[in-house]
Amino acid sequence: MGIRFILMVNKQGQTRLAQYYEYLTLEERRALEGEIVRKCLARTEQQCSFVEHRNYKIVYRRYASLFFLVGVDNDENELAILEFIHLLVETMDRHFGNVCELDIMFHLDKAHFMLEEMVMNGCIVETSKSNILMPIQLMDKTS
Amino acid sequence: MPYGRSSIFKYGLSLDQLAVRAGQIPRPGPQIGPFKRSEPDLAAPHDLLPLAEKFQSWKNLADQSCLDQPVPRQIESKLEQLKTIGRELAMGSHGGFGQSKEFLELVKSIGESRSKSEEDRIILREIETLKRRIVEPDIPKRKMKEYIIRLVYVEMLGHDASFGYIQAVKMTHDDSLLLKRTGYLAVTLFLNEDHDLIILIVNTIQKDLKSDNYLVVCAALGAVCRLINEETIPAVLPQVVELLGHQKEAVRKKAVMALHRFYQKSPSTVSHLISNFRKKLCDSDPGVMGATLCPLFDLVTVDVKSYKDLVVSFVSILKQVVERRLPKSYDYHQMPAPFIQIKLLKILGLLGNGDKHASEQMYTVLGDLMRKCDASTNIGNAILYECICCISSIYPNPKLLEAAAEVISKFLKSDNHNLKYMGIDALGRLIKLSPDAAEQHQLAVIDCLEDPDDTLKRKTFELLQKMTKSSNVEVIVDRMIDYMISINDFHYKTEIASRCVELAEQFAPSNHWFILTMNKVFEHAGDLVNIKVAHNLMRLIAEGFGEDDDTADSQLRSSAVESYLRIVTEPKLPSAFLQVICWVLGEYGTADGKYSASYITGKLCDIAEAYSSDETVKAYAITALMKIYAIEIAAGRRLDILPECQTLIEELAASHSTDLQQRAYELQAVVGLDARAIESAMPSDASCEDIEIDVTLPFLDSFVQQSLHNGDQPYIPEDERSRAIDISNFSNQGHRESSTHGLKFEAYEMPKLPVPSHPPPPVSHVSTELVSIPEPSYSRETQFSPTNPPVPSSDAELKLRLDGVQKKWGKPTYPSTSSSSSGYSSSPANGASQMESAATSTSTSRPGETYKDLKKAEVEISPEKQKLAASLFGGSTRSEKRISTTTHRASKGGGHSTEKSSVLKPSAASTTKANIPPQPLPDLLDLGEPARLSMVAPLTDPFMQLEGLLDQKESGSSGTCAVTDGSNKEPDIVSLYSDLHMDEQSSQSTLNPLAPSESNSSNLRRTISGGLAQATKGPNLKEALEKDALVRQVGVNPTTQNPNLFKDLLG
Repeated sequence: MGIRFILMVNKQGQTRLAQYYEYLTLEERRALEGEIVRKCLARTEQQCSFVEHRNYKIVYRRYASLFFLVGVDNDENELAILEFIHLLVETMDRHFGNVCELDIMFHLDKAHFMLEEMVMNGCIVETSKSNILMPIQLMDKTS
Repeated sequence: MPYGRSSIFKYGLSLDQLAVRAGQIPRPGPQIGPFKRSEPDLAAPHDLLPLAEKFQSWKNLADQSCLDQPVPRQIESKLEQLKTIGRELAMGSHGGFGQSKEFLELVKSIGESRSKSEEDRIILREIETLKRRIVEPDIPKRKMKEYIIRLVYVEMLGHDASFGYIQAVKMTHDDSLLLKRTGYLAVTLFLNEDHDLIILIVNTIQKDLKSDNYLVVCAALGAVCRLINEETIPAVLPQVVELLGHQKEAVRKKAVMALHRFYQKSPSTVSHLISNFRKKLCDSDPGVMGATLCPLFDLVTVDVKSYKDLVVSFVSILKQVVERRLPKSYDYHQMPAPFIQIKLLKILGLLGNGDKHASEQMYTVLGDLMRKCDASTNIGNAILYECICCISSIYPNPKLLEAAAEVISKFLKSDNHNLKYMGIDALGRLIKLSPDAAEQHQLAVIDCLEDPDDTLKRKTFELLQKMTKSSNVEVIVDRMIDYMISINDFHYKTEIASRCVELAEQFAPSNHWFILTMNKVFEHAGDLVNIKVAHNLMRLIAEGFGEDDDTADSQLRSSAVESYLRIVTEPKLPSAFLQVICWVLGEYGTADGKYSASYITGKLCDIAEAYSSDETVKAYAITALMKIYAIEIAAGRRLDILPECQTLIEELAASHSTDLQQRAYELQAVVGLDARAIESAMPSDASCEDIEIDVTLPFLDSFVQQSLHNGDQPYIPEDERSRAIDISNFSNQGHRESSTHGLKFEAYEMPKLPVPSHPPPPVSHVSTELVSIPEPSYSRETQFSPTNPPVPSSDAELKLRLDGVQKKWGKPTYPSTSSSSSGYSSSPANGASQMESAATSTSTSRPGETYKDLKKAEVEISPEKQKLAASLFGGSTRSEKRISTTTHRASKGGGHSTEKSSVLKPSAASTTKANIPPQPLPDLLDLGEPARLSMVAPLTDPFMQLEGLLDQKESGSSGTCAVTDGSNKEPDIVSLYSDLHMDEQSSQSTLNPLAPSESNSSNLRRTISGGLAQATKGPNLKEALEKDALVRQVGVNPTTQNPNLFKDLLG
């Protein structure tokens, strides 16, 4: 299990999307999000995009106002996760066209669907953008 | 924050555009207002610019506009917003994508809320609305879907939405794909796999797995991964297996992952299906193949041997990927399927670990990969990093290691912190195979260590830990402790404290240092370290270091007592540390006669008073009092119980704690005894006695025989007992097995047979349990003695093995302590050993010349960083060059830290008198600890003595210059042997400031192991001298002589 959770949080620390690959109670999630968001938001541009937290690491990347935070196990390749975030953003960008925070807010379900295609059981399973988006486009057509 | 500014990539998205995004209104014509600027800029290059660049430009743009947006623009955007709200209102409740006005409003208000409390208010209001609405009859399905998304919002923002779970479950039953998938999504987000509602979904999942619509099947498989627990696996397993052969690759892929999930949950349920993963590796679709790598990685991690045959397949897949045989859509930034490559490299690393044959198959493809990989992109570097991990895991190949080292140096030289981080990590991996790899990066490593970025710093500490040896342990541990003191994160503080303890136990150059280090760790993180560390420390002080040298031991004890008496006045010491202090004061407080009994007892009373809420400490204190009084009486001195001690004893005698009470009464009883009785009751220094424990309890034999004779049942050991029960239950077992899932009908565990008259074999339990009992009484303490094997307990991760300390100081455990200097150079774990031995050989051949060079070189000062480098990495001939870089850099950058200026001063002083015989540099190992320096400072200048020795050697009196401090002229080898231990103590304290202590300790160890004291002594001294020479060499800067060096290094 490489990826433990994926979070999207804006500059004010408000959660915009949260997907956990191991079960945490509501309180645990709240606490965890508060803690790591505080940690990551306090960092400067020059510093590493990785933060150690408890017994795992957080890889994060900032796109304008939105932070993408991915919690990974310690033996995960951080640089690859960093690029995975970018791949996710590129995928969303292809679907929404110049994606922005509000796209994710208005289409939370779709953002989740994309993640579901890309990550299963905490592993990256699909990295081809067309494969990721196909089911979603098909669903759009039929509905 | 207005919407326009919260867009991710482009700023200035107006609410009009938002409405378009939300599907509310048709896309409008050209935009007006301030946002026009960014819009076409971004839209146009969409397909032309490489994506990375595009993102970069947006990001910059975004950041700028975020900072510099002038006020009028904000007003405009507000106006814009108002307009849109009006438009939304006019639109009515349903938009293009079925999102209602309500939903828009909700999202908008959440987006605009400025504080958590405001957000919470919005959500609480939303919960009220939803609770009311969701139970209304005949809600249209689309409306319901929206409610469910709103529930997702509620949970995501940290509030309980359990009232709506059932609606989400219901939605999974829907026929419409979109609604069904939304239902599954919500359910997977809301419920964990043990939730009661899952049972209602299993049926739906079963049905959906059989659906004709492959998208429905995919959705169901996704849900399977999230919702099926061990008990429900059999309900869906056959269908999942069947779907492995589905004609749609998307389905096959998800079926593989579902099976993977089952394997994660309960390997035994799918053990017969494991072969499917092998088959799916050869799937015609690269997506399925890529997904299959995930379960295979897990499988290989657990059982490498069974998958060795797949090495060929993995290598050939990797080769094909690298050769771009995969569809273009898997490319990422012109890199063919990088995530698959990385996964493959991970698996290959596992498979090739310690297997020469398997590794050889990988060399070619790894070499290709390293050569071809584009190091200008992040993803290229990610792959390179993974290659290094793989290369350092498999059977080493010199060429690949070289290539890896090259990449690492590129990483470390980069300005990008992420790359530096990866470089440090990779270096830590490589260092195991080529120990001198770190050598050339010393400055980069030190830069990282001093970087304000915590992440980088921690990673560097990890690296340092890997390259710790006895010559640099002091610097490293000191640094770690400094850092430990500076941080507040308990988790990491605990971790670093235990690392310090581990390193100190493993590599401590001297007992004195060890105790000082442990004191510091205890002082600052005493409550965080395992209590066993405290017990270990006590044992160490009691037993010395396993050498039969009483003088050294008593020195150690008195230095411990002294340090504790000093520390004890400080406020708020952690409990574990106080326990150690009390115990040591009780045992050895008066041992060297320096402190009177009343002084020590007074201190102990102070402790008991100051920490009156801590009963454990009080117990330790009163027992310590008892010991001191016993020692006094036994020595025939008049007992003088201080009034405050008397008060304390009386107070404890009336304590609520029976333990404290008993101790107090015992003390009172002991005080009343005469000297002879006391000597047998509490023999002095009894904590070191070994107590033999006969587990068979032979003295009970006759009693047992008697009982058996009287018809009692024989004793059955515990393990056999439970087995007997198992057997008796065996008939039921088959019965139970048949109903695999559903409710558990297993009975509670059978009650154990009561065996009151026979105590169970107690020993192993006793020793572990006793640790936690705050009773330092003699008999119990001794159970830590070597008669007991190390307890293989849960503390293994802390590595506080009971036998650890002794082993570390006793026999040579470190490779560099092998008994000849040729062995010395071949030690694999020693980063600088090769350098050192090289230096050794040169300086032995022409000692005069080296020395002259040294004198010349003495002219310049070394910046503090250089010294740190030298002390971390050991002196080296090559380091000269690099040092010049540091000076350069340091003078440019103005130096890194000021804390060590006090240490720098002496060396500065030494430069002023370049022609006088050079002054010894301050101890390189003692950086940052000037206080300690003074403690061990020699009375005479040992350097002068050493210099004399060097001259002696030059003039031909080689080998037998056995005199260090003139005390040791005994010809008798046996007595020399014992003397040497004493000498070790003293010579260490004298030599320490000069030579890396490694030579000392190896010196000592050699003497012990070889017993050839006379023969080895000469060369060792020489070595020490040469080391010293090196150290001085390192502390100099040849800038003036050789300015061109910079160009090579910096250009």
